[in-house]
Amino acid sequence: MEYSEKVMDHFMNPRNVGEIEDASGIGTVGNEQCGDIMRVFLKIEGDVIIDASFKTFGCGAAVATSSMVTEMVKGKTISEVMTITNEAVMKALDGLPAVKAHCSVLAEEAVQAALWDYSQESGITIEGLMPPKSDHGH
Amino acid sequence: MLYLDNAATTPLRTEVLEAMLPYMKENFYNPSSVYGPARKVRSALDDARVAVANAINAKTEEIFFTSGGTESDNWAIKGTLAAFSAKNGDTPPHIITSAAEHHGVLYVCKHLERKGVEVTYLPVDGEGFVSPETLEAAIKPNTAIVSIMLANNEVGTVQPMARLAEVTRSRGVLFLTDAVQAVGHIPVDVEGLGVDMLALSAHKFGGPKGIGALYVKKGTALLPVLQGGAQERNRRAGTENVAGIVGLGAAIRLATEEIPRELPRITALRDTLTDTILKTIPHTRLNGPKSHDRLPGNVNISFRFIEGESLLLHLDMMGCCASTGSACSSGALEPSHVLMALGLDHAQANGAIRFSLGGNNTEADIPALMQILTPAVQKLRTLSPLYDDFLKTKE
Repeated sequence: MEYSEKVMDHFMNPRNVGEIEDASGIGTVGNEQCGDIMRVFLKIEGDVIIDASFKTFGCGAAVATSSMVTEMVKGKTISEVMTITNEAVMKALDGLPAVKAHCSVLAEEAVQAALWDYSQESGITIEGLMPPKSDHGH
Repeated sequence: MLYLDNAATTPLRTEVLEAMLPYMKENFYNPSSVYGPARKVRSALDDARVAVANAINAKTEEIFFTSGGTESDNWAIKGTLAAFSAKNGDTPPHIITSAAEHHGVLYVCKHLERKGVEVTYLPVDGEGFVSPETLEAAIKPNTAIVSIMLANNEVGTVQPMARLAEVTRSRGVLFLTDAVQAVGHIPVDVEGLGVDMLALSAHKFGGPKGIGALYVKKGTALLPVLQGGAQERNRRAGTENVAGIVGLGAAIRLATEEIPRELPRITALRDTLTDTILKTIPHTRLNGPKSHDRLPGNVNISFRFIEGESLLLHLDMMGCCASTGSACSSGALEPSHVLMALGLDHAQANGAIRFSLGGNNTEADIPALMQILTPAVQKLRTLSPLYDDFLKTKE
């Protein structure tokens, strides 16, 4: 199993690590049982993600996908973020080993969970957004 | 490069390579041929057999060369079951093994289980030990073989083998021990242990890969699993891996001779490394036996709040080779079955790293490792939401 240079770069030098104190939405997915936990923080103003950060417990791919997805959502509108799929995250990292594809799914879900948290808090309905899966509760 | 993965494999020793080279060049003959040059090759095999026999206090005719630990384990178990069935007809055989075995035994048992063989997986205690009482209670009239490893590859537990084998001997059940991690590192005496079969592998003690041996006590009912030529006294067919066998002989001779010197040296290194990690890095725990009855080179530590693979990757990027029992795959991180058998929870098992020391390691390696390890653990913890949660509950 080999990671791409981009994965290793995002793993060794992760972008957007940390918490956002006054985050608009926080999403945590995964659990210790499955070995990966991702927590994504979004700062939203109007319709735009003005800041994003993460904390992740997990393998190299889990860290890299978290780092990449936070990069991808920054500056985007909510409806643009809704179109970011796990495939897009994988593609941006020049691919992931097949056994690590689930990490990109977690990254997509973590962002959506943060959006869900935001929509619950603010009472704003986001088109197409589903509540986080219950088995990912942490 | 800092190599701390000697339980995975060891570097081939120069003396061993030198001993092997002639058998890949001018001494290429088939040892089964009758002419003079081939007889010379035959005698090299005999020498190696003597070396292996001497190393484990066996007789030369009790040593059979195989392709390594996995083949030895497969042969011992499947060959014993074949002999059992030849004798007992339709009675389904029963195997006893432990929950912390190497895959070379465990997956053979799982495979046979799917084909109708009865298998008991004995529990181990928090340090990885199998109790003789539990073993005794598990023996049934149809028990054909007990397979328990001498020393565990992940946590280094050295079983009370003589006491375990005593139980089976008194009940007339055959005993196999996978001694792949033990031979060449701690004294191994098949007579003293009282086992019927013992598996060993050359590359774990400075020999080449792809060669090992199975000790089969004289009189043991074991049928071949590889049919073909008459090699290995009709019990393991196939033209011999001559250079490999010569390498095995040379490596086992060297490693066994050096045990009196290397065992205390590496044990002291192990204890220093363990203490240094536990004292320097908070929220760490040693997995496996605390001191005695542990392999001299084995250090297995759980780092809380971080996941093993990410720590390994970090160490790798900094030029340090170690290993983890866990493998994050197919959507679920499957923690090491050994650590789970020891009773660790997922968090502890997922954050476990094995450092295994060998002849190539010195005291200078410990500060060299710590220089890489301490900041790597720190960095991964600052990334970890679990560490955040922990700090918050402490506040």
